[in-house]
Amino acid sequence: MEILKKLFRPFAVVPFAGWLFGGFVAVLLEYYLGDLVSYYLYLPKIPVLFGTLIMLKEPVLIPSVIAYDLLIYLVPMLLLGKFLAPITNGIATMLEKRPLWVATLVHLVALYGILHLWSGINDYRVLVVKLTMISIILTLSLNIINGYQGEFSCSHPGFMALGAYTSSALTLLLFTNDKLYGEALLPPALGPWLFPLVLIAGGVVAAIGSLIVAIPSFRTRGDYLAIISLAFMFIVKSAVENLEVLGGPRGMSSQPNYASLTVVFVWMALCVWIIHNFTTSIMGKALNAVRDNEAAANSMTVNTRKTKMTAFMFGAFWAGVAGGLFAHVLRYVNPSTFGIQKLAEILAMVYFGGLNSIYGSIVGAVSISVLSEALRPLELFKWIIIPLILILVMIFRPHGLISFTEFDVKGIIRPRNKKPSEGVE
Amino acid sequence: MAPLLEVKDMTHYFGGLRAVHGFNLTIEPGQIRGLIGPNGAGKTTVFNLITGVYTPTQGSIMLEGQNIKGMKTHKIASRGLGRTFQNLLLWRHMNVIDHIRMAHYSQLSYGLFGAFFGTPACRREEEEVRENSRKLMEIFDISQFGQHIVGNLPYGAQRRVEMARAMATNPKILFLDEPTAGMTPDELIRMIEIIRQVHRDFGVAIFLIEHRMKFVMELCESIQTLVFGEIIAEGPPEEIQNNQKVIEAYLGKEDVH
Repeated sequence: MEILKKLFRPFAVVPFAGWLFGGFVAVLLEYYLGDLVSYYLYLPKIPVLFGTLIMLKEPVLIPSVIAYDLLIYLVPMLLLGKFLAPITNGIATMLEKRPLWVATLVHLVALYGILHLWSGINDYRVLVVKLTMISIILTLSLNIINGYQGEFSCSHPGFMALGAYTSSALTLLLFTNDKLYGEALLPPALGPWLFPLVLIAGGVVAAIGSLIVAIPSFRTRGDYLAIISLAFMFIVKSAVENLEVLGGPRGMSSQPNYASLTVVFVWMALCVWIIHNFTTSIMGKALNAVRDNEAAANSMTVNTRKTKMTAFMFGAFWAGVAGGLFAHVLRYVNPSTFGIQKLAEILAMVYFGGLNSIYGSIVGAVSISVLSEALRPLELFKWIIIPLILILVMIFRPHGLISFTEFDVKGIIRPRNKKPSEGVE
Repeated sequence: MAPLLEVKDMTHYFGGLRAVHGFNLTIEPGQIRGLIGPNGAGKTTVFNLITGVYTPTQGSIMLEGQNIKGMKTHKIASRGLGRTFQNLLLWRHMNVIDHIRMAHYSQLSYGLFGAFFGTPACRREEEEVRENSRKLMEIFDISQFGQHIVGNLPYGAQRRVEMARAMATNPKILFLDEPTAGMTPDELIRMIEIIRQVHRDFGVAIFLIEHRMKFVMELCESIQTLVFGEIIAEGPPEEIQNNQKVIEAYLGKEDVH
């Protein structure tokens, strides 16, 4: 740990803008020189996920992959980050004077640019990036219930299924000619524009569905929610399996291709923003209060039951939205997707990343999704390694990697050439 | 005008056990009243009954002329009945300023929509709450702990956080359940000052349970003594101090040979 800290010290002056710039250059390098570099390094093609797949398949190529990563990503990013720090700090200082939303938007656009260019290399990367961003939404929404609210809910795949099926049914019914529902009811050109409404409809259905779990289980506290929500997940799954209208066990396919990288990115940013607003407001703090001591929350004028229900529905809403996006990214859903395996995946992301923290959810979602993609060649062993990592995290950091920290956009994008301004709080 | 709080003939049974019997209490605005009694006399039960944690089996509880018996705790609290707890019920993962912000909950006028999208109205209100919380933190001398998690604070400071939190609900009456339990003599003197200040600055009525005679004698205008769920004596401090029944309840009966 100490060595790492020492190694990183020269780069402490690099602001987030600097890393973004470095990343941008790295991605450009890959875009133009990637093929050439990989040719000279005897790599069959540009390594997809930083070469992890190739390394696991053909260990002989490990040095080439490392060289490629160093040449294309690491060295340009570190050098540019370090040497352009005065300039990027200047930019960060300039942005700091603007309203926060302007600065945030600039950074988000830059981040999007990088992701767009990076995933432009091939379709597999696009899929990984999209699914990772959907995982972020899912993890955040479960973190509201399991982290901020301190309950243990297992019904997220169920909510996801509700969202996925609602939105799929709507887009198939309204905007496409398909064999399940026949002619499109609305002109297909409207589809992409009404897609947000479709997703929201999916979210709302999931939120209403969540009442089935919330009403009986929030009368008391404890394990009831876990059991009832688990049952709910199986109920949804078998209900969908038996509804021929929704394609039964075969599922639904050929959803229109509305969930582009931009759409998913915007929804993810929106989700992070709204959940951040909610959890830092007094309404969100009420959730924490209910979790830590319900009697005290009650005496401090909080309507605990209403608070718990609202938060649960809110979490379910986002799971529904994520489900809708998921269905339109894969353009195929079937009931078996939303089973216990999915639940384990989401729970792993939440508990790995850290409870009660937006950073944690993002870190958890990204690392578990990328890891599970990167370790794909190991097949069966993947499901030994990932749980093992999770167990280690639970031993050394019982609340997850980054728990109980507030998401601080200002802190992320601040310039690093001076001490952070001394706040009152 | 009706008194601020009027409790009449309140009786409560836990199953077959009579916890409180025929309890009467009238608090006028701005009064400080005390409730004393040996361990297990039912003092905290009285608090829990009035604040709505339990509903009394018999009797009536009126707050500003309105019946609050049977109401939910959070409703009673938002009508102006703030309280602290005997064994510190703080939210262990939250920092101090969040505790105090949180207690403004019922005074918020923005809805969920405002909270989700951070509307200007919501932000203005949150800023006001922050401002008010800072003031309260100053009064209770906990400003320096603003960002600390409550569990890491010294015990006396935790007590003050709890009081500041109760005051943030903007109460008309403050119920203090053993505010000096486990405090050092220095902290005790400070607590007396703070309670006086709160009483003076906010004009709030105070009803407190206490074990330390010095504290009660110094603060309260009138004291009730509760033994086995029944009031055995009521009156100003000097009178209670010399009341034979009270002395017997605390020290036991003197054997007369």
